[in-house]
Amino acid sequence: MIDTSTRAAPESTLRNEEPARSSQPAAGAATPRVTIAVDDTRQARAITSVKAQVENLNFYYGQNRALKNLSIPIADKQVTALIGPSGCGKSTFLRCFNRMHDLQPDTRYEGSITLHPDNINLVGSGIDPIEVRMRIGMVFQKPNPFPKTIFENVAYGLRLRGVRNRATLAEEVEKALRGAALWDEVKDRLQDSALALSGGQMQRLCIARALATTPEILLFDEPTSALDPIATAKIEELISTLRDQVTVLIVTHNMQQAARVSDYTAFMYLGELIEFDEAAKIFTNPSKKATEDYITGRYG
Amino acid sequence: MAGLPTVPEYLNPDSIRTGLSRRKVLDQVFVIVGLVLMFACLGILAVLFMNLVLDGSERFGWDFFTNFPSRRAERAGILGAWVGTSLIMLVTAFCAVPVGVAAAIYLEEYAPKNWFTAIIEINVTNLAGVPSIVYGLLALGLFVYQFGLGQSIAAAGLTLALLILPIVIVATRESIRAVPKSIREAAYGLGATRWEVTKDHVLPYSTGGILTGMILGLSRAIGETAPIITIGALSFIAFLPSSPITSEFPFISFAWLKDPFTAMPIQMFNWVSRPDQAFQANAAAAGAILLGMTLLMNAVAIWIRYRFRKKINW
Repeated sequence: MIDTSTRAAPESTLRNEEPARSSQPAAGAATPRVTIAVDDTRQARAITSVKAQVENLNFYYGQNRALKNLSIPIADKQVTALIGPSGCGKSTFLRCFNRMHDLQPDTRYEGSITLHPDNINLVGSGIDPIEVRMRIGMVFQKPNPFPKTIFENVAYGLRLRGVRNRATLAEEVEKALRGAALWDEVKDRLQDSALALSGGQMQRLCIARALATTPEILLFDEPTSALDPIATAKIEELISTLRDQVTVLIVTHNMQQAARVSDYTAFMYLGELIEFDEAAKIFTNPSKKATEDYITGRYG
Repeated sequence: MAGLPTVPEYLNPDSIRTGLSRRKVLDQVFVIVGLVLMFACLGILAVLFMNLVLDGSERFGWDFFTNFPSRRAERAGILGAWVGTSLIMLVTAFCAVPVGVAAAIYLEEYAPKNWFTAIIEINVTNLAGVPSIVYGLLALGLFVYQFGLGQSIAAAGLTLALLILPIVIVATRESIRAVPKSIREAAYGLGATRWEVTKDHVLPYSTGGILTGMILGLSRAIGETAPIITIGALSFIAFLPSSPITSEFPFISFAWLKDPFTAMPIQMFNWVSRPDQAFQANAAAAGAILLGMTLLMNAVAIWIRYRFRKKINW
């Protein structure tokens, strides 16, 4: 949370740095594993390593421009964390990936989020938001299981995709629950209400629900902010194991969490991307002063 | 201690205690006032009900339910009235609930928020306040003459359906709105369409509220007199509508929809307005039964709400 009394100072530092990064988006170009793919001549290496490429993304709530010219590569099968103070637009950015904003009236996207390998623009007008949501999974801030059985919660995404075969459903539900490290705790009570679970279990159930449909990118919107430290540790461990299986994009308030779970970290402030780099670099040797100030707790 | 500022009088423990005891007295006063007023309301209802039961006590019995009206008070019953009322309620429920629930779903889940839907919303709320006689006049022109339904059960059922439509819509919208946004987001996030979110989540979780609204609407409709007098309910009727179940294929008949009818409030009104004092007992007995029907419906509404609340605990 930004204290209003200290808000003026960092803002001015940020303003000064703005011209430096206006032409070349994001500092991520410096990292060896992720190449920013800006045109169709990109190399094979870039295609296999970048799952999604955000390019000059602007987002508007009515007249209010909430995201400003974001450009950032999302590495394939890696964890990318979005950090920044409250209201900096990180959740807004995350929700662009599965078009959640389309549920609200009077919202508008500009720019592109290109999903590889099939090169579709997730925020383009040519693609159905429902298709986007079927391919990009999301886990929300507050655990939000349906008031149905544990089994039905996990099976719901599959049912939406027309899976009717009971054996297939059972198999996929088990696989998803195992993937979310919840199987052992719930295998004997799959027909119980999901609302009987603890908060941490509910959140892992929500992760299983999202995993069941094998999403191409899994979005986490502050997944542990409503949980106690032990449940948080389990979720973090889970996110670490999900790396290599699925591309993860996580918004977090907690910098230690970002440092622990992420491979790449983006620091956002007031709707702008300030710095993007490997997590190790961001947390040990950030190149922008604003990032350093935030990470060291100078504000935010 | 010298450096500390002096404690203001209102923070002094003694004054805190005296102030608190005064505030607690006010608290108690409100409890008493509330209890008195609540028992006054319940008492009026109880006295009314007891009065009807006592006045009509000599009429209660099986015959009262199985006899048609008669010129002799002791032989007059409510057969035509309760059958008519039941059939009218059936028509009302079948028309008002699907239309009302669908309208509420549309307004809550689908309709864009603009001036047009805002006007519709205001109108729906206002319709709940329109005097029922006005609905009667509308129905007389529209259903009875324009649609040619005549003075039939169908016309009465449709009229009352119109009357309770706003109640059903408002109650349904309230319970739809009570479904947390996070549940909708979860379903949309998995790639559900609006209809799938509505069918799989919003409706199942708001069923309790919808049923409650429906029953409250019906218990309003069951006592309505003015609109069905306006469309021409008969008050002396010595036959039943044709049976909905027949002995021949297809075994179900809808001929009763076109039959003339009477209803409980009409029957009561007829008896009350007779000069013969003996009929007052009939009116009181019918009143007690009508009130009992209403209370029963309300009890069912409460029970349903309780059941569904217990099942879904956010």
